[in-house]
Amino acid sequence: MFVALLICLSLVLANVVIGVYTERKVSAFMQDRLGPMVVGKYGSLQLIADLVKLLLKEDIVPKLADKWLFLAAPCMIFVAIFAGFAVIPLGPGEYLQGSQAQIGVFYLLAIVSIDIIGVLMAGWSSNNKYSLLGAMRSVAQIVSYEIPLGLSVLCVVMVSQTLNLQEISTQQGIFSGHDNYLFGLKSLGIDVTQVGGFLTWNIFRVPFFLGVFIIFFIASLAECNRAPFDLPEAESELVGGFHTEYSGMRWALIFLSEYGMMLLVSVLGVILFLGGWNSPFPNIGSVKLANWTSGEPGSWSGAIWGFVWLLAKAYMLIFVQMWVRWTFPRLRVDQLMYLTWKVLTPFSILAVFLSAIWRMLMI
Amino acid sequence: MQFWYFLTALTLISALMVVLSKNPIHSVLYLVFTFFCISGHYVLLNAQFLMAVNIIVYAGAIMVLFLFVIMMLDLRRNSPDSKTNLTKLAGAVVGGTVLVIFIAATRKINLGTGADNAFYNSQTGMVENLGQILYRNYLLPFELVSILFFVAMVGAVMLGKREAGERNF
Repeated sequence: MFVALLICLSLVLANVVIGVYTERKVSAFMQDRLGPMVVGKYGSLQLIADLVKLLLKEDIVPKLADKWLFLAAPCMIFVAIFAGFAVIPLGPGEYLQGSQAQIGVFYLLAIVSIDIIGVLMAGWSSNNKYSLLGAMRSVAQIVSYEIPLGLSVLCVVMVSQTLNLQEISTQQGIFSGHDNYLFGLKSLGIDVTQVGGFLTWNIFRVPFFLGVFIIFFIASLAECNRAPFDLPEAESELVGGFHTEYSGMRWALIFLSEYGMMLLVSVLGVILFLGGWNSPFPNIGSVKLANWTSGEPGSWSGAIWGFVWLLAKAYMLIFVQMWVRWTFPRLRVDQLMYLTWKVLTPFSILAVFLSAIWRMLMI
Repeated sequence: MQFWYFLTALTLISALMVVLSKNPIHSVLYLVFTFFCISGHYVLLNAQFLMAVNIIVYAGAIMVLFLFVIMMLDLRRNSPDSKTNLTKLAGAVVGGTVLVIFIAATRKINLGTGADNAFYNSQTGMVENLGQILYRNYLLPFELVSILFFVAMVGAVMLGKREAGERNF
């Protein structure tokens, strides 16, 4: 348990360093710029310089702000998001998952929704109209997008018959105790249990999960307040949204939780749809690619391979998030609500129905 | 047991603070905290699913909408000073009566001798068993509740719908 705690904490901290640098370089590449180039080779030490700046900055509390709420809000946001990592299996084996609680992913959805209370506290206690408007938008958006997010997670849970993320991961690879068939269809009779690789990933076991994954991805973008859903902190309209008044380390804490949330939803997406810590390469005849690129659960090689695959896939998704951010323009509020209530929610309800049918074809 | 006392004290203090704090926003935040403590009690009672539901529904959704509404209200106009003595008296009478009823109802309750550890099934409060009971023994009440929710939802949509010729804002 404590191993997982330390790993997650260092992961979240390292993630903000990697995330900010990649974000700036990726955006620079997409806009045909160079990005940070001055501090260190290719600007690699830019973030260290930024961190020193943030540490040295004065921690300002506005005079008319509600002081205790203002000070507590960033901690609340961070705690809510960091608590979500508790049930994430970072690799096979027991000690890489903080809590083996049976309700796993359901707990994660519950605890992450607490994040919006922190956002509301920050926005209201700042005593600033931009902050309050940003917080209002953020809450309206997150509460609405939790519905398609929850329903798309429910599809996966219905197919895997468990809420524990470790079991969901294990089912999608060569180490699963059950038989896996091609496309999950037992009637096809093609057993791919020992083939593994991407053929046993959920997105491949149940072909329409590609659509569910897109719904999940869109909803998770909105949950992170990432562009094109960055209305709560739209720079051109609201200065900085709910964190306008924050400075120094408290602002850095909000930023840390934002990147932590990106990592959390990406890891969750990988576990639910893209095979978790399983290797993407299948066994082809005597070329045992899946066995070579993964170790037995519980062994050291298994833990390291699993961790590497999980993070590699998660960072692929984070890259897609950045790609989306620098490609699409921001949505209007009414378009945002139209998308969630009239497009994503009906489709995800349909997907829940389809996954129930697919599950019956799988057994 | 020690942890239970700590959690109970925390629950009671935060519940009291809901009533005692002057600022309505603080009250709502204390209420959220109270819900968290109650979720902690659910965990101690081996009801993980109920704990997550409590957080997701009450702390995550309903309380957020509460906060949302209270933050939009003009707090100065609704300050506690505007309550008359009559209102305070009426509140005290109603609250006192409820207290007496609760004491009378729970005074003679028999709590039993505690859990029978030898025959106790550790999976009792888990999702799977809850689902089995809910969808087998209590299917009709469950479906009726869903109809009730559906009616409430349709009602809310009807109330919020813009009528012909009415301006939005």
